[in-house]
Amino acid sequence: MTQLTQQVTITRMDAPVGATRLFAAGGRASYRDHVATYGNLDFARVAPGLIQELERSGLTGRGGAGFAVARKFGAMPHIRGSRLWQSSAVVIANGAEGEPRSLKDETLLRDSPHLVIDGLLAAAAAVQASKLYLYTTEISLKSVRKAIAERRDAGAIRLVEAPETFISGEASAVVNAIQTGAAIPTDRVGRLTTSGLKQRPTLVHNVETLAHVALISRYGSDWFRSAGSERDPGTRLVTVSGAVTRDSVLEVPGDARIIDILTSCGAVQSKIAGVLVGGFHGAWLTPEHLGVNLSTAALAPYGAQPGAGILYVLGADKCGLRFSADVVRYLANESAGQCGPCMFGLPEMATLLERIASGDRDPQLARDLAAMSESVVGRGSCHHPNGTSRLVLSTLSAFAEDAQAHLRGQCLRVEYR
Amino acid sequence: MATVPNRYRLHIDWTKCDGRGLCTELLPDLLGRDKWGYPVALTEERGSRSDVFIPGSRLEAATDAVNLCPLIALALIAPTAKR
Ligand code: SF4
Ligand code: SF4
Repeated sequence: MTQLTQQVTITRMDAPVGATRLFAAGGRASYRDHVATYGNLDFARVAPGLIQELERSGLTGRGGAGFAVARKFGAMPHIRGSRLWQSSAVVIANGAEGEPRSLKDETLLRDSPHLVIDGLLAAAAAVQASKLYLYTTEISLKSVRKAIAERRDAGAIRLVEAPETFISGEASAVVNAIQTGAAIPTDRVGRLTTSGLKQRPTLVHNVETLAHVALISRYGSDWFRSAGSERDPGTRLVTVSGAVTRDSVLEVPGDARIIDILTSCGAVQSKIAGVLVGGFHGAWLTPEHLGVNLSTAALAPYGAQPGAGILYVLGADKCGLRFSADVVRYLANESAGQCGPCMFGLPEMATLLERIASGDRDPQLARDLAAMSESVVGRGSCHHPNGTSRLVLSTLSAFAEDAQAHLRGQCLRVEYR
Repeated sequence: MATVPNRYRLHIDWTKCDGRGLCTELLPDLLGRDKWGYPVALTEERGSRSDVFIPGSRLEAATDAVNLCPLIALALIAPTAKR
């Protein structure tokens, strides 16, 4: 693998130092800015060693699930050396970002579109894909179109618009959107890497993931690991919103502490009721736990995961039950309405949580809600029921004192006093 | 990735199933019904709620369910071949 690094050294500029990597070329980077900052990338040259380099880098997916990137690549038939590989492979850059509290993909595609394009081209070269897609929202398509027009090597990338729905970025919904125009998940027995778009082996990666792939292609895994920790290497993008002085998209090292990220955005620990980590399918962290890192291992004990790097700060004057009830209602409305337990269960979960939030003093409500949330898990064609269930159960535990107060006819938050 | 046990599984396509419960009548020992009528795996093994493990003794009934489900929502998945 040192070979790759050496080869790349010939054409590379100095690698970015510190945690500013993805935005090192400045805001709205043109192709000229991009090349001046990162150097050229010879895709054919890096392709043969890329997957091993990704494996050594420890890069995980930045779209939500946090799956090891090298393993997803490794599941492609060409990589497995499968002789059954008949149809040509597909690579899709996923920039749908359906999470209302996430802005990082949009920001990345606006400020560093060329890194995403590089990553897509490098990934396609590595799995010998002949079909390349970039799937994102209308606003980001504008940035991408402009970027593609600035370079000669990106003409093969087809652009597909993602609707502004919560589940438009789910992997099978992405494939479905490109194939049929309907951005809703489909039932799947096997993996997309075996049979995806038009039955072709299909690799779907988040746009931030691909931007990291572009950097690892250039500078190698040791460089990638020079930020973050052994366990949580590299950097990740986060979107911070809520009770902060300004909503922000930041690039942070893999071992950044949540409280430090929040403080840098103007949040004050004593004025926080809770932090929703990982978006609307995520989990709440209460203020005493904010010293943990924003990493898979550190968050596991709290039932949370970094997901797409979303941190929503709920101010201490706000009711977490009310806020979560609104989110669960939103999620229920965003169900594609295809799978019974999701279609019927989520609205009931929303209603139960709304009753708890508005001070209904029936002590059975929380138990019913927990049972209903547990019952929908694993019973849909996508993870929407699981994610919604995770949020509800986390709400009940993080804001248990608030729920108790509601049962006594009280409220702990200034908002309702 | 977790290794998949080497057993037959009954896959439920939730996007097709409308919960009329024919499968739950054929496999009452393996499938219950929720309050809306949708099948619920009774064996609470991890990750088996959409791909319900089928013991060899129930393969025939499971095959019937696959063939009789009015919405073609069921499929029998053969044990995964060793890779
Ligand atoms: S689980 Fe819900 S959101 Fe997912 S495909 Fe089924 S109905 Fe749609
Ligand atoms: S028989 Fe088919 S449609 Fe009826 S409940 Fe079973 S899976 Fe659903």
